[in-house]
Amino acid sequence: MKNAAVAHEEIAYSDRMKILVIEDDREAADYLQKALAEAGHTAHVAGDGETGFALADTGDYDVMIVDRMMPRRDGLSLIAGLRSRGNTTPVLILSALGEVDDRVTGLRAGGDDYLTKPYAFTELLARVEVLYRRASFKEAETVYRIGDLELDRLSHTVRRGGREIALQPREFKLLEYLMRHAGQVVTRTMLLENVWDYHFDPQTNVIDVHVSRLRSKIEKGFDSPILHTVRGAGYMLKAA
Amino acid sequence: MALPTVMKTTAARLSAMYLLLFTICAVMLVFYMTSLSVRMLTAQTQETINEEVQGLGRAYQRGGLPLLVRTIERRARQPGANLYLIADANGRILSGNVESLEPGVLEVEGWTESPFAYERFGESNPERRTGTGQEQAGGRSETHEAIALVLRLPNQMIVLVGRDLGEPERFRIVVRRALMVALGMMALGGLLIWYFVGRRALKRIDNVSKASRRIMGGDLSGRLPVTGAGDEFDRLSENLNAMLARIANLNEGLKQVSDNIAHDLKTPLTRLRNRAEAALSGKAKTAEYREALEGTIAESDQLIKTFNAILMISRLEAGYSAESVSKVDLADAVRDVVELYEPAAEEVGVTLETAVSGEFVIEGNRELIGQALSNVVDNAIKYSAGATEKPTVRVTLEKVAGEVRLRVTDNGPGITDEVDRQRATERFVRLEHSRTQPGSGLGLSLAKAVMTFHGGRLDLLPADPGLSVVMSFPSGADK
Repeated sequence: MKNAAVAHEEIAYSDRMKILVIEDDREAADYLQKALAEAGHTAHVAGDGETGFALADTGDYDVMIVDRMMPRRDGLSLIAGLRSRGNTTPVLILSALGEVDDRVTGLRAGGDDYLTKPYAFTELLARVEVLYRRASFKEAETVYRIGDLELDRLSHTVRRGGREIALQPREFKLLEYLMRHAGQVVTRTMLLENVWDYHFDPQTNVIDVHVSRLRSKIEKGFDSPILHTVRGAGYMLKAA
Repeated sequence: MALPTVMKTTAARLSAMYLLLFTICAVMLVFYMTSLSVRMLTAQTQETINEEVQGLGRAYQRGGLPLLVRTIERRARQPGANLYLIADANGRILSGNVESLEPGVLEVEGWTESPFAYERFGESNPERRTGTGQEQAGGRSETHEAIALVLRLPNQMIVLVGRDLGEPERFRIVVRRALMVALGMMALGGLLIWYFVGRRALKRIDNVSKASRRIMGGDLSGRLPVTGAGDEFDRLSENLNAMLARIANLNEGLKQVSDNIAHDLKTPLTRLRNRAEAALSGKAKTAEYREALEGTIAESDQLIKTFNAILMISRLEAGYSAESVSKVDLADAVRDVVELYEPAAEEVGVTLETAVSGEFVIEGNRELIGQALSNVVDNAIKYSAGATEKPTVRVTLEKVAGEVRLRVTDNGPGITDEVDRQRATERFVRLEHSRTQPGSGLGLSLAKAVMTFHGGRLDLLPADPGLSVVMSFPSGADK
């Protein structure tokens, strides 16, 4: 892990995003607004569901962060309302709940991602980035290429600099996800959710071990690091 | 106990309703019975008169009018005789034992339509015989009622044969009075029984109320009185007592948990505070601040994890919606979790192995099972690491008697004490030798809560050496 530790603030985040924060807790909303501004984004705050709906309905935003329980109109009905009007702005749901059922109902209502309070800001930022940028590659693309790293989704082969690298099925899935979001910070939780389809918190850092195994396979014998550790946040695949 | 209190009970209201209904029925019965018996007596009377008339008819045929008159005179003098009367065509009384009768009776041939009043010959007072006006005013008590058969002889003379109705009337009065008295006594008895039974029931309910007030007052060890009669009151009290025992149990558990929470959350919170305080004291140094803040975040994350685990356990214990359950292949769950933990196990020198083949489909929640299993596997790796020369954790699946058993066995030191093994799944319980290991002390409790949610069990068994954690799921009913 020591080979490619990158401090959080050194990461060049993607372009400026216009984010709508719909959250009734003023302090939490202010904190989010400030932190998002520091990360280089513009954030607007709506203090209740109705105001939030009116603002969101303008369609001016790249991403929305929606609290689930709010006065006047709850988050889920707000999202469902927007979706029924054809608004497709990506939504990250924030919730104090966060049990299995709540997550499912949240995503069913039209949310794109779900984050349980309390959360680390790095986690939230990473997820918002991923929501905005979606993927570096389209779903239909069969070959992902980042620098000299190449992943063929059909033949399930991975090459770097023309040399084939043998990966376990799960390592392949892990690399596939990292490559799809190349240039973005991917947190451990995101990996556990998307690669393993688990939403709980493993007590040991099992993900780190998987990532370092993968790293040793795709970096051993090559000059430049490609899978970076972002301190306090997660990982990022990025060509040198 | 005052009567008004008794009146307020449901039993008393019910009894009062029954009593009213019973009274109405009984009164109707009395009237029906008396009128029926009077009708029967009347029919009998008419029969007697018919026979009498036939006898007189035979006398008339044999000896003509003189024999008829003689026969009537003779019969009329007998004690308790029927009514006999012979009158001329104009209704003037010629012979018999009737002195006077209601006007108009003799004008209609055949049975009299209704009972009529008459006076018997020789019974009326001497002075009353002077005028008919007085007779109407003062003689009413002397008149009797009778029914009679009126016949007209070929020579237009009238013959009346009748019978006094005093007997059936007296019978009716006697029967009615007897029934009324019986009814009154029954009502009185009912009231008495109702009062005493109601009082007894009320007293027992009052005892239960008193006991529950005492328990509500905070004495959870109190119990409701059980008399041993085995009646519905006893059954109710027994059930309530069982409920109280369960509440007391839960309360005790809650108290213990809050003590543990207080302890296990206070410690990291204190550390948190101390760290911040230490950073603030002394000269301002950015690097130190940074370190302190990072430590603070890490500590808070651990606290949040602990909170999440507590919340999850209580939600699991409260039960989940059926929506969160679907068909899950435990073999897949085992493969996924083993695959997830294998590199981490290898890192600390533990061999994590599994030999699972076939399908083990149950009704459950993949996410929860994954979490429970990873907690158990995590524990097994943690405690076997470095404990023996070749630490190994084995995960197996087997079907035994309607159950699917998921077994995680390590060859570490295990838990030798039976009581400790029992306690290991309780919330926040961390056995002595594990105090030094990281963890919230909630891993096994959470796994146990997940098993309870699935209607299964979590058992800790000695594996010699090591520990075997067995998660038993009820296998799907559809198989």
